[in-house]
Amino acid sequence: MSTKRAYDPVPLTLSKTIVYRASAAAVVASLLIFLLVARLYQLQIVEHERYATQALENRLTTQTIPPPRGLIYDRNGNNLASNRIVPSLAVIKENVDNIDTLVANVRALVEFSAAEESSFRKRLKNAQGDEKVIIKRHLNEEQLAIEAVNRHRFGNILVITEILREYPYKALASHVVGSVRQITIEDLRQLDTVRYRGSKFVGRRGVENYYEDILHGEIGLRQVEVNASGRVMSEISVDPATRGQTITLHLDIELQRVADEALGDRRGAVVAIDPKSGGILALVSKPSYDPNVFVTGLEGNEYDRLSARADAPLFNRATQGKYPPGSTIKPLLGMAGLAAGVIDWELEFDDPRGEFQLPGSDYVYRDWNWRKSGIGGQGHVDLFRAIYRSSNIYFFHLGAVLDIDTFASFLGQWGYGRNTTLDILDADPGILPNNTWKKNSTGEWWYPGDNMNFVIGQGFTLVTPLQLATVATIFANRGKWVRPRLLLSSEQPVELDQDFPPVQGVFGHEWERMIEALTAVVHRGHKGYLQNGLAWAHIGMDISYQMAGKSGTAQVVAIPQGEEYDEELLPEDKRKHALFFGFAPVHDPVIAVATVVENGGGGSEFAAPVVRQVIDSYLADIVANTDD
Amino acid sequence: MTESLGGRSTRAHHHFFSGSYGQTIKFDIVLIILTLLLLGFGLVVLYSALGQSWSGLLNQAIRLCLGLGCLMLASQLRVSTYYRWAPTVYAGTIMLLFAVAVFGVSNKGSQRWLDLPGLPSFQPSEFLKISLPLIVGWYITTRNFKLKFFDYLALILIVGLPTGLVFLQPDYGTALILLIGVASMLFLCGVRLRWFAGGLVLVAISAPIIWNFVFRDYHRSRIITLFNPERDPLNAGWNIIQSKTAVGSGGLTGKGLFEGTQSHLDFLPEGHTDFIIAVIGEELGFVWCVALLCCYLLIFARLMYLSTTATNGFGYVVGTGITVIFFGYVLVNVAMVLGLLPVVGLPLPLVSYGGSSAITTMAAFGVALAVCTHKQDLEK
Repeated sequence: MSTKRAYDPVPLTLSKTIVYRASAAAVVASLLIFLLVARLYQLQIVEHERYATQALENRLTTQTIPPPRGLIYDRNGNNLASNRIVPSLAVIKENVDNIDTLVANVRALVEFSAAEESSFRKRLKNAQGDEKVIIKRHLNEEQLAIEAVNRHRFGNILVITEILREYPYKALASHVVGSVRQITIEDLRQLDTVRYRGSKFVGRRGVENYYEDILHGEIGLRQVEVNASGRVMSEISVDPATRGQTITLHLDIELQRVADEALGDRRGAVVAIDPKSGGILALVSKPSYDPNVFVTGLEGNEYDRLSARADAPLFNRATQGKYPPGSTIKPLLGMAGLAAGVIDWELEFDDPRGEFQLPGSDYVYRDWNWRKSGIGGQGHVDLFRAIYRSSNIYFFHLGAVLDIDTFASFLGQWGYGRNTTLDILDADPGILPNNTWKKNSTGEWWYPGDNMNFVIGQGFTLVTPLQLATVATIFANRGKWVRPRLLLSSEQPVELDQDFPPVQGVFGHEWERMIEALTAVVHRGHKGYLQNGLAWAHIGMDISYQMAGKSGTAQVVAIPQGEEYDEELLPEDKRKHALFFGFAPVHDPVIAVATVVENGGGGSEFAAPVVRQVIDSYLADIVANTDD
Repeated sequence: MTESLGGRSTRAHHHFFSGSYGQTIKFDIVLIILTLLLLGFGLVVLYSALGQSWSGLLNQAIRLCLGLGCLMLASQLRVSTYYRWAPTVYAGTIMLLFAVAVFGVSNKGSQRWLDLPGLPSFQPSEFLKISLPLIVGWYITTRNFKLKFFDYLALILIVGLPTGLVFLQPDYGTALILLIGVASMLFLCGVRLRWFAGGLVLVAISAPIIWNFVFRDYHRSRIITLFNPERDPLNAGWNIIQSKTAVGSGGLTGKGLFEGTQSHLDFLPEGHTDFIIAVIGEELGFVWCVALLCCYLLIFARLMYLSTTATNGFGYVVGTGITVIFFGYVLVNVAMVLGLLPVVGLPLPLVSYGGSSAITTMAAFGVALAVCTHKQDLEK
């Protein structure tokens, strides 16, 4: 070969240098392999434990199984709160590249209002990266079908099923049952984070809140094997969730409906109690709201809208509305006078004009039926008449001899100024004034004039409709206490607090006499104007059973000296509140009811019929059931 | 310089070697057995790493057979054929590398693949493990193993051009292996140590210049990330954490074949390709990892032995070059999986799933066998 490109073999001579260097290469190669082996030794033998743990942690994940919430029933087995499985559209936050595109895609699938959109955007912003954020809840069959057809187009939109709380009676029982709402970040600071891991809802109003502990149930745990993208590959072990207890309330939802309809469109409250057990049969506060809107929280501004309303539908008037008791306080004061020994059933006061003046004072206190003409005196008034005719003058005389602290300590036994309920959330204690209370809150001691307002149930004293119903219960039980309660039964017994001792200082025959007077309020009629019970004309003329009761009318504004109260001249919200409490049948009471109709007018005329409708219905039900 | 390799000897060696080319099929039985062991072991592990997919395994088996065919074929060609074709093969590789730079296929941020119509897609840089030793061997032989200053410049150009193209793909791992491979070839040829010292000085001087004036920001960013996986915890960092966990959790004897949770639950990325040794470490443990490394070391030793027993300088240079580059792939791959080197994306030769690497590696073995064991060519 002579061309330069041709192979011109150069024989290999293994010179010393070459041998040396080839050996060096072999040694270096062996050393490098040894280095790798050393590294393997470090990872696989020395640090094996650590990496084995890490591999285990990688692959095993514990998931929580939220427990199904306990159901709530009324005394007749009607379901007041249930769980429903609903399909919803959701998206995992990480999978959202562009919110606007996503919203457009959602709009292509389902109706999606601007309010829903803004709520969704807000929740998406606050969500964790791997969190499923609900886009739209309660998909119907048609929407599900549309989604299924279009699923391939919008890969990041998921259909998930959720267990949602449902309140079948909507606004009817909302002030009793309350509602759950989605757990917020603030809630998490207070809740047991282990117990609530995986829970989405917490009871926040009514029974749902009070019995949250037993309704919630216990979470379950599921250990699963996941792959690197977090997808569950298999289940290793399951410790199932324990569903919350089913509870039954004393509530009678049909009676609740009667009470609700009796109030109609008026603002106010009705509370009905079974005097034998203290169980609350009905508790209505109007206006009301549909608790279902709180469950989803999707209509984010619904809460704001409700709480901004002037008629305050979220406000529970039955347990938190405070009203002057008006004349409904009179039977209690009569009992106070009897207990103190300052009056008896025979004592009479003369009332020629319907006016009263404290000794040494010019101020004129007037009876409720006082007229400028100067007529309106009730003649000789004893306690019995003072009750069924509701004489202010009689009680002005009583107020002139008995001091406020004596009154107050006696009224305290009736639950005035206290929350006596066993399991009602945030029941208001109302206000029972006394000398010290007035000094503390106004800086002044109690004046004799304050006593004049006090004895006719105006002034500082405030009670809730629930407290009024409690008073009715105490009368029905002749002084014996059963504290108001909602819970009838639960799967595991819940221990409620003890009842209070009976009202002290009043004898049995005095109870009966007072109840006679209260019965006369309803039944005494056809004996001429001043001889008739005040409520007789409105509810007593066609009544078929024995009912005792007392009306009250609470002034919202003070009427100046010498002026007559003229309903027509006052704006609606300045008009008097109508109050009434009653129980029946008189000799063996099965129901005690109280109502307040806000700005409703006279108690006998406007509140008493509400109470009667409720009692009518309840007694008719009992009669119907006994016949069966 | 390289006179130690021989230089033109006056003594004729040809009387030592008789027989004629073409009459015998020549190959080294030891190397073939080691290779087959490795391939068999690789297939078993791959079957697990592929999630026990027969079709994937069959694909790979076909590629390996093709590779074995290439080995056989390449080992039968004359030394003179390789010598004659070395520049052409080199030029062809360079053209393919340019083609990659112009219309290559990008994958995971680097452009390494060529997808020519009618051919399966392949990585031209893989051919460098053959063409680079050939061209370096060819050049040194044409210079009669006496290299002058100019020759070093020429070699720098010859090696620098393809390595630079590979570097810019970017495929830092392959570029590094090629550079170290060529340096090792020169070392094994007996190039005086002062030239290596000079080379180091040159690198030391040029590195900052290249870093500041040749590289763009994204080059710099990628290289920094390479050494700081924490900068990119979801990709490079994740890979290395998961591969160390896989290997470490395997312990002495592993979790058992098909039982690796890291690989089968997708925590380990690229379990069947670049990170296959992590699967071996997890499922078969320290024992088999060491066995595998020993097998590679034995292949290295056998190839070195064959190279040093070559009858001609060209064969020695090409043989050692192929050996060193092959071994470089093994070292860099394993070191990367074990977290000793940055993740650069290199397959483990003969075990990782994929065609380009396995076929070119076996073809390179064939070339090494040819240039080191064919003695006939000495007779002109």
